[in-house]
Amino acid sequence: MAVVFEKPKTLTDATLHYCPGCTHGIIHTLVAQAIEELGIEGKTVGVAPVGCAVMAYNYFTCDMVEAPHGRAPAVATGLKRALPDNIIFTYQGDGDLAAIGTAETVHSATRGENITVIFVNNAIYGMTGGQMAPTSLPGQVTQTTPYGRDTSVAGYPVRVCEMLSTLDGVAYAERVSVDSVPNIRKARAAIKKAFQNQINKKGFSIVEVLSSCPTNWGLTPAEALDWLRDNMIPYYPLGVYKDTTGGEK
Amino acid sequence: MAERVLMKGNEALAEAAIKSGCRHFFGYPITPQTEVAAYMAKRMPKIGGTYLQAESEVAAINMVLGAASAGVRVMTSSSSPGISLKTEGISYIAGSDLPCLIINVQRGGPGLGGIQPSQADYWQATRATGHGDFHILVFAPATIQEMVDLVYTAYDKADEYRMPAMILADGMLGQMMEPVEFPEKEANHQIEKPWATTGHQNKRPHNIVNSLYLDPNELEQKVVERFKRYEIIKEKEPMAEEYLVDDADIVLVSFGATARIVKSAVNSARSMGIKAGMIRPITLWPFPEKVMQKVAKTASCFLSVEMSMGQMVDDVRLAVNGEKPVYFFGRTGGIIPSPAEVLGEIQRIMGGAK
Repeated sequence: MAVVFEKPKTLTDATLHYCPGCTHGIIHTLVAQAIEELGIEGKTVGVAPVGCAVMAYNYFTCDMVEAPHGRAPAVATGLKRALPDNIIFTYQGDGDLAAIGTAETVHSATRGENITVIFVNNAIYGMTGGQMAPTSLPGQVTQTTPYGRDTSVAGYPVRVCEMLSTLDGVAYAERVSVDSVPNIRKARAAIKKAFQNQINKKGFSIVEVLSSCPTNWGLTPAEALDWLRDNMIPYYPLGVYKDTTGGEK
Repeated sequence: MAERVLMKGNEALAEAAIKSGCRHFFGYPITPQTEVAAYMAKRMPKIGGTYLQAESEVAAINMVLGAASAGVRVMTSSSSPGISLKTEGISYIAGSDLPCLIINVQRGGPGLGGIQPSQADYWQATRATGHGDFHILVFAPATIQEMVDLVYTAYDKADEYRMPAMILADGMLGQMMEPVEFPEKEANHQIEKPWATTGHQNKRPHNIVNSLYLDPNELEQKVVERFKRYEIIKEKEPMAEEYLVDDADIVLVSFGATARIVKSAVNSARSMGIKAGMIRPITLWPFPEKVMQKVAKTASCFLSVEMSMGQMVDDVRLAVNGEKPVYFFGRTGGIIPSPAEVLGEIQRIMGGAK
């Protein structure tokens, strides 16, 4: 029988704790595939966030550090400065990266830290049970915006790639989505490029991945992908926001 | 014999760290410790090290966490309000069993407080450098030479016990100049760190630096293991200077720069016929309890003198455990007690006791 899919060797055999239909599993696979294809597992150190992906340290076979909430880019900075020849990546959610960790995100980006940031945007706090995220959409119902996100009270969502692409230190910023097979293919290429940039010493690379949260959105996995497509992508357009590498692959 | 040089306390701290093998410094400007960072900014690029001015103390301590995970000797320095911001990171560093060196050149508080010398972070350093059950090693130098020597010790002990160490200095020690020499130790007697996340090079299972244990039994086990290590430290590592305590009636207890003022008050009291002595804790955690307990058998009372409203006095009372009266005298807010004030307090207590 022909093998059509194999789990990357850079993922451990631990059972993922994510909810049914959550797209973190896909994104983990894409990160692990990039590490495997580039042959960098032995020199990669990953930094896990606080949030749904907190236990990512159990899932990747490379060395891992678990950072305080929002501080992953600072922890990655310390690692990269101590280990300049290693490959350092962070894997962070929207609350971690765009709320409590905004300062660490912006300043590691503007310093041009030669690290790779995988930013999973699902427009909600998943781990704590569905509160408003900095990226929750206007009108979006969450546990802490029970009448929908009222922008006159709770302000507007943060568009991370647009914001970071204004900074000179950023080499590469792309927003992708994992709502469909063609988009997953594009996400796979973007994540690999973000690692390749670090190998090539290009500076700060971030890939924002639009992701679904069926549990806290109160939708079935299939409905959640539709909701992502119909609501998130219009607010967070996909594409390359910055690329100083001249489109290098 | 190494050369003696005249140096400012903050600069001596930085040079001692470099001599101890520190090549990574992450900080954020704050008075009165800024010369530590300025010195590092000048020296690190010349020796292949990293000086990085972080966006905040919060970021700086997390950069320390990252570099410590990689197994290198790393340092951050700050002053009181900045240390408060670092406490989140210190808790994670302790919970991840990582060694590092943190400098607190204390100033007056609470809040923004002032910028003059203070010892009002004793409680913070020994009780509350973050949430959860943990300790850090706390060293309190009284001279710039001792500050230098304790930096070497602090790095060695932090590595040995896999925990953060702090030099608890104050604005007086940071800003004054004294002659100092740097021990020509092997800067790289550094121990192996097989737990470090340096990339496994496909030669070992992956290392994980982590402080999360969702199973309460596992978390309790981790904390209990750490506290077994603390028991060894409490047995082996307390340091204190004893000055004229053998025949002393009144024993003053004082740490850091304040102890120098207290020592002259003790000498004045002796010249007046009052049998005064002094214990100077050099490690604040572990607190030198046994010295206190020994002296409590012969002295008639204790007087803790601090640049605070009375913080270390709690530890003196716990050690003395009611055997003898324990008094307190202090100035706070950036006021340095004078030898005459301390002598006055000695006379008041001893006069009253007669």
